[in-house]
Amino acid sequence: MSNAVVDKGAHRASSLKQARLPRWTPYALVVGSAAVGAGIGTALGMGSPFQMGLIAALVFIIASYILGAVVEGGRQARDRLATSLVWVCFLLAVIPLLSLLWETIDRGRTVLDGYFLGHSMEGVQTILPGGGAYHAIIGTLEQVGLATLIAVPIGLLTAIYLVEYGRGQLAKAVTFFVDVMTGIPSIVAGLFILSFWIIILDFGYSGFAGAMALAILMMPIVVRSTEEMLKLVPDELREASLALGVPKWRTILKVVLPTAIGGITTGVMLAVARIAGESAPIVLLVFGATGINNNPFEGAQSSLPYYIYEQWQLGNDASFNRAWAAALVLIAFVMILNLVARGIARWKAPKSGR
Amino acid sequence: MKTDIEPTSSAAGSPPKVRTRSTGRAGDKIFLALSRGSGIALLVIMAAIAAFLTYRAAIAISKDEANFLTYFEWNTGSSPMRFGIAVLAYGTIVSSIIAMVIAVPVAVGIALFISHYAPRRLATPVAYVIDLLAAVPSIVYGLWGALFLVPHLTGLYTWFDDYLGWTGILSYQGGAARSLFTVGILLAIMILPIVTSVSREVFRQVPKMHEEAALALGATRWEVIRMSVLPFGRSGIISASMLGLGRALGETMAVATVLSPNFLIETSLLDPGGGTFAQNIASRFKEAGNDGRDALIASGLVLFVITLLVNGAARMIIARRKEYSGTAA
Repeated sequence: MSNAVVDKGAHRASSLKQARLPRWTPYALVVGSAAVGAGIGTALGMGSPFQMGLIAALVFIIASYILGAVVEGGRQARDRLATSLVWVCFLLAVIPLLSLLWETIDRGRTVLDGYFLGHSMEGVQTILPGGGAYHAIIGTLEQVGLATLIAVPIGLLTAIYLVEYGRGQLAKAVTFFVDVMTGIPSIVAGLFILSFWIIILDFGYSGFAGAMALAILMMPIVVRSTEEMLKLVPDELREASLALGVPKWRTILKVVLPTAIGGITTGVMLAVARIAGESAPIVLLVFGATGINNNPFEGAQSSLPYYIYEQWQLGNDASFNRAWAAALVLIAFVMILNLVARGIARWKAPKSGR
Repeated sequence: MKTDIEPTSSAAGSPPKVRTRSTGRAGDKIFLALSRGSGIALLVIMAAIAAFLTYRAAIAISKDEANFLTYFEWNTGSSPMRFGIAVLAYGTIVSSIIAMVIAVPVAVGIALFISHYAPRRLATPVAYVIDLLAAVPSIVYGLWGALFLVPHLTGLYTWFDDYLGWTGILSYQGGAARSLFTVGILLAIMILPIVTSVSREVFRQVPKMHEEAALALGATRWEVIRMSVLPFGRSGIISASMLGLGRALGETMAVATVLSPNFLIETSLLDPGGGTFAQNIASRFKEAGNDGRDALIASGLVLFVITLLVNGAARMIIARRKEYSGTAA
């Protein structure tokens, strides 16, 4: 008996001494496989860094598996394989983002200046440099502003209904259809406003029509985020207020909403950032214009996403440059909204419990 | 309760107090009516979307001389209109499937990276970067895809053609790589964030006890993931992928900028051609007359129905999972 225990202990001790690869192995493998990938790539005359990268990734994965299998045994090798695969996945996701940001900044900054931000495309020859995106910026601000004015009240009230009042069938139906609404393709929202507002009611193309489609896309996002935030408000606060004899609606307005206001603001700003980049409904409803149109209720307007599409379609170097510059403006706008929203979320996060 | 309050309020006799209370009750009613009204408004909008699209689509399909579902052309300019969605349905489904095949494994990998592999200091910024990827507008993806990705893919496609061209599916004749496969790659990048964030949430909910139990038995990290994390997260991964699929099916501008459309079903995925529902609507809208617009609305209705089914299924899986984990916890 005691012999057996000793034996087992000895066995385990020997397995603890099993060979392990040193900690720096993965790093060395990364450098090595990158070199091998670049080497094979240049040797075979492959121009694109895509293939070299793919080869390097493959070499890295296979090498870490084989090294693991030879030195550490099968189970550890599979673990190393999984680890290297997960790291490769992560790199695969980061590369396009970096490339996209780099391209946009690098090619956008050649044209982006005060002139670009302050002038429209009215009377500009499209194959020549010059012109700007002022009309598109105005259009985006007005359309997104109108959409926010429509969507935020409805979204907020719906979320309040779902959290504070909603029981029963109606609440269930609303919850389900809010989820369904988040999945509506933006072009379908555009087609709906097209068939209803422009074809049947016979209004013309205008910024407001675009704003209505954007509002449809924005509502479910606002409802979802507001709902989450209202659920975070502790019930004790509501109960304390109700116990003091405050009516429910004042409790909601004066206690629940102020507590959650930081999160709600974040949600609204993220929703604004989302719809500011929508171009599909704009193509159908706003129709695009080269001149400045300050009135969103009458006549065609432009918007930044539409401007990018239009300049891309013109297909010459000057227009490509303008498209990149507008993309840079749009990305900056969206990213700043995102950063500010997240800042507010962190700053005003409701303290859960105590 | 009610009888209790009314005598006291009338007996109290101090007018401001009475007014506050009575407006309080009225306020409650108004507020409830407003908030319930907004909820109902949302339902009405959904119903109106379905109704108006169906109405216009019915007009268009009644004028269609060809079979709407199987015809291979889109002639809405000619006097008997002949159009069908066969090519669009093929292109939409194929590009979305390519996107899913690329995006889902990578997204699951990233989600695992954030939840289980990355050092703490790296995990939060990575999650943040992935969220930023979601914030990039689709038209910017389109621009990047058309002007950067397309030229860089020709080399890769030639390479595919050299080694896998015999399959027919992956043959490549050269020229700009504005094909369904490129669209699939771009869509994969665009749906990565949503698939990642939903799977990440699910992986985070895996009971710590399961993982610790596996670790205590001497499992390696991969074995922990295979035995406790993936089985727990399977339905979550499925619903995340379906949400991503919904996005990919309806993506418009990125496809419209990258794809060079035609109305043929090519055997090769790498050669330019084909089309998707959303891309076809955006590209043809400006030239379409009144009947043409209705025809496009009809194809939009098909897209609407498909995305409804896909998203509804995803939501149902999520909801059922919630019930399970609710009873288990």
